[in-house]
Amino acid sequence: MGKKESTFLNMALALIVITLVAGFALGFVNDLTLEPKAKAKLAKKTNALKMVLPAFDNDLVSEVIRIKSENAKDSIEIYPAYKGDVFVGAAIIGASNKGFSGLVKIMVGFSPNGDILNMVVLEQKETPGLGTKMKDEKFLRQFRDKNPSSFDLKVKKDGGKVDALTGATISTRAFTEAVQIAFDEFMENRDSITKTNN
Amino acid sequence: MAKSIDQKQNFLKGIIKENPVFVMLLGMCPTLGVTSSAFNGLGMGIATLFVLLMSNTVVSLIKSQIPSKVRIPAFIIIIASFVTVVEMVLEAFIPFLYEQLGIFIPLIVVNCLILGRAEAFASKNNLMSSVLDALGMGIGFVIALTVLGAAREILGNGSIFDFKFVPEDANTFILFILPPGAFIALAYLAILFNKLTVKTA
Repeated sequence: MGKKESTFLNMALALIVITLVAGFALGFVNDLTLEPKAKAKLAKKTNALKMVLPAFDNDLVSEVIRIKSENAKDSIEIYPAYKGDVFVGAAIIGASNKGFSGLVKIMVGFSPNGDILNMVVLEQKETPGLGTKMKDEKFLRQFRDKNPSSFDLKVKKDGGKVDALTGATISTRAFTEAVQIAFDEFMENRDSITKTNN
Repeated sequence: MAKSIDQKQNFLKGIIKENPVFVMLLGMCPTLGVTSSAFNGLGMGIATLFVLLMSNTVVSLIKSQIPSKVRIPAFIIIIASFVTVVEMVLEAFIPFLYEQLGIFIPLIVVNCLILGRAEAFASKNNLMSSVLDALGMGIGFVIALTVLGAAREILGNGSIFDFKFVPEDANTFILFILPPGAFIALAYLAILFNKLTVKTA
């Protein structure tokens, strides 16, 4: 170190060269990873769709319906699933900002009459070991085959029927809120999505 | 340090005598932040190992070309570039790990272990020694993070590498999964580590 005299010119030059090389290298890697990144996101979505819905044969990802809602900041995504011409259910992405550390995003699959088929947590930043247990089978089990119109989607502490996660009531509240939003949207749009099939 | 260094010692020092986590206590932010499970610790360790290796290599190669007054910004640009590469590659190919590590990936840039090795070692030594130094330090870091993650996961969640060995609803020391548990576990592991190595050394 220090073999090189620090003059204004060579300092500026050294930094310019380094930033240029770094910039080009990053641009190159970014181009390389752009496609795999998009693919990975898509794969995640299709996997989630397969998990929450019964067997379907339409191309869900391209038939997504986006709906503006007062309940959510972003538009809500609805994926209606058909087998042959029969409406077999819909997957809806519900989100809540009330998680312990921000956004909780859940995909919920509903049967045509509004029963919860299955749910997959898409995004969450909850506390590892506490809130993250919302992904566990043990917690998700209590929602299956329940219809939110009779199964009150609230934590027991708040007068509902949901068993909260130990030590993560806030995460559970966010979870149930997201599911409730998904259910509301489903009920609101049920008629239109059952009919749009052609 | 112009004399030839014993390369074996150079490599091993990072693992035992100068272990970055347990002895030098460097890079505490990712150490405490992501080690809530053994897998996360391992992933973070490997990401850091890669960045450390690349930055040590590059710094060692261009050390004579960088005017000493701007060496720190130059090092930081090099490190940040590699971190961004790691981030993009993880997002593209290992999205699961990318989500788990989250904000801690960009924070590798400010991991003082990496800048520390660039400044204290790679900028004064040749390529060979720098690479070995990075490998030793990096592996020491990987081991430390994995052990810490494993200890916290076993105590706090009753599992190891997501393999559960207690019943589903057993009560575990949730404290160890939470941030305070990181400090407690790290402290005891550091004591244990130093006790063991002082005896053998």
